[in-house]
Amino acid sequence: MVSAGTAYKAALGVDRAPNPWNDISEAEVLMVIGANIGECAPITTDYIWRARDKGAKLIVADPRFTPIARNADLYLPVRPGTDLALLMAMLHVIIRDGLTDQAFIEAHTTGFEKTAESVESWNPRRAGEVSGVAPEAIEKAAHLIGESRRAMLMHARGLEHQSKGVENCEAVVAIALATGNIGREGAGPIMVTGQGNGQGGREYGQKCDQLPGQRSLTDPAAREHVARVWGISPEELPAPGYTAVEIMNAIHSGEIKGLLSICFNPLVSLPDANFTREALEKLEFFGVIDFFLSETAAHADVVLAGSLQEEEEGVTANVEARVIHIQKAVDPPGNARTDSSIICDLARRLGRGEYFPFNEPREIFEELRLASQGGFADYYGITYEKIDRQMGVFWPCPTLDHPGTPRLFEDGRFFHPDGKAHFMSLAWRDSGDPVDAQFSIYLTTGRVVSQYLSGTQTRRIGALVDQYPEPKLEIHPLLAAQYGISTGDWVTITSRRAAITLQAMVVRTIRPDTVFIPYHWPGGRSANRLTHRTLDPRSKIPEYKVSACRIEKVTAPGGLS
Amino acid sequence: MFGMEFYVDPSRCIGCQSCLKACEECDTHRGISMINFDFVDRKESIATAAYVCWHCDDPTCAQVCPADAIKKYEDGIVGSSLKPRCIGCSNCVLACPFGIPKLVPEYEQMMKCDMCYDRTSVGKKPMCATVCPSQALSYVTPETIAATRREKPVNTFWFGNQKITTKVYMMAPADAGDITIDVADYTWEGEHELVPQAF
Repeated sequence: MVSAGTAYKAALGVDRAPNPWNDISEAEVLMVIGANIGECAPITTDYIWRARDKGAKLIVADPRFTPIARNADLYLPVRPGTDLALLMAMLHVIIRDGLTDQAFIEAHTTGFEKTAESVESWNPRRAGEVSGVAPEAIEKAAHLIGESRRAMLMHARGLEHQSKGVENCEAVVAIALATGNIGREGAGPIMVTGQGNGQGGREYGQKCDQLPGQRSLTDPAAREHVARVWGISPEELPAPGYTAVEIMNAIHSGEIKGLLSICFNPLVSLPDANFTREALEKLEFFGVIDFFLSETAAHADVVLAGSLQEEEEGVTANVEARVIHIQKAVDPPGNARTDSSIICDLARRLGRGEYFPFNEPREIFEELRLASQGGFADYYGITYEKIDRQMGVFWPCPTLDHPGTPRLFEDGRFFHPDGKAHFMSLAWRDSGDPVDAQFSIYLTTGRVVSQYLSGTQTRRIGALVDQYPEPKLEIHPLLAAQYGISTGDWVTITSRRAAITLQAMVVRTIRPDTVFIPYHWPGGRSANRLTHRTLDPRSKIPEYKVSACRIEKVTAPGGLS
Repeated sequence: MFGMEFYVDPSRCIGCQSCLKACEECDTHRGISMINFDFVDRKESIATAAYVCWHCDDPTCAQVCPADAIKKYEDGIVGSSLKPRCIGCSNCVLACPFGIPKLVPEYEQMMKCDMCYDRTSVGKKPMCATVCPSQALSYVTPETIAATRREKPVNTFWFGNQKITTKVYMMAPADAGDITIDVADYTWEGEHELVPQAF
């Protein structure tokens, strides 16, 4: 997700989807790229269906025919890791055929010429050869968007979980800017942020390079402001730290020796799981706060039983950057405690209790209001009362009488100091784990509708386990025939890092050069044993969506042929 | 029914099976889901269909029941079998043109969707319609459907020569007529089109 955040910050000056979700239903053209909306954002489906009810055209780009793709007017079967080629060619066609909004570009943006130059050689034929999408289909998609004043481009992990994830998202934003499709009802680039509080987590200061309010940890003025709110000196604030994969690398190399994690199951969720396990085994101290004993928690020295969302009151920011209030429904069971009280107690035991004088989540929120004041994600004008009265408040909300900001950039002003949106120049790079003669098949990973993230919650619910008990290898009949594989056969999938054995599901809903494995399971069924640790150089997000593999039909789940 | 009707639209179904889970959580039918759910042909397509009992105006299941165990209520809902009466003969299972009733062997009883009669009879939505994220199962007023959807609600189905009209609607393409599933209905025999006849 941070790939999108990094891209939006670079291009638009702020890390947020610019439009409220109701805008989706008002679009004339919707392009969904790298987003399995039906299975991973089911609630969003209805917004898309409502747009279709009003006659909107739907374009879906994905290596798999996802549940919403079957209602698409145009389906682009993009090869894993080549979305950027597709997007650059779309921008190429938009510029070539004069579909740009010249007045908007001149008044509200910078850098267009350089971006135009960077896509000049990416004609649809070249992009077609790279991406496996027909040049005519690329032209059609570009024209549908370029000829509309109400086009939205929605994207999620499919674009972001690549070693060029940031460029992918910058290309999406560039298409929206070039066609003037931003800052209006039914028009805009839309990052479909994952998880209940995936957006909010980037606003509170828990991201390793940010302070509350989406401020930069390297900005002296931001450090000054936040340090004053916290009652410390700016020098006491650390420099930007490591992201998740970088932390694992640093543990593995011996640089980091102790780790405290909250609701984090890297053995399942981080790439190259064998490497992750080696790292966890090297830790001198590992403390885990979680609501269930995950596979990762089994490696911990100390486990503190935390709480589920239903067990603690508080606010979150949803996919629209709408700050909402979650009411507590039940008490944490047994000796489990709310996460906030665990953290405050920990601070006291570490001798910093004076900075954590909180008795309830609301007091923490009051501090966040002050700490975020004047930042991009300004919470100052958001109160519990206003959240409850308005069914949530969109940030920025700088004053107590401000209603919040459901739609950004309506006045054509962007969040950079110059008030302009910045076109970012786009450059092609190959995947960090390229296919070759030995590993000739693309492997992409993702999710199924009945499981959530690393499965810590959903693999414990019988009905959801019944719905999809084990990960299956999705494979096209053309590829399956080459290996004599039928549905139900055991197949060993080998990448440059590891091998796992799963049962095949032969389906026509995936590209014939690609196989798919959902990632929610641990151990020998873990798709992330196969994936690699190549990161996007800016967002530091790993390339889950593109690996190279080979397959072999075997007779037994043990992998023996 | 408090002005609400039930609309099924498989084109909107994303296969999440929330309807099944919601139905399973209800104790009035002992934790067994009464939703009929299918992957239409998973090898060829991702298409899924979730649907409830169609609640026929003249229910075939009730007609063929030798024990008079299936009742249609005043508001058009066709109930599940009455436990004291059902003899588990499966006549209804075999006769229903939609394939809705299921024999539950452990209870020796047929069970099927009763449109959450405990809820809908007091003005609440059936559980499946409250959880469906994509409105593939909707329980709304006909006015809402007319105002928001492009498809046309259809509740007349031909199974060969048997004409069935139902309380539940299927959303069909705007130019669709009655829904027929018999090839004979589409054949053309000389000058005279074969018109399906009711019994």
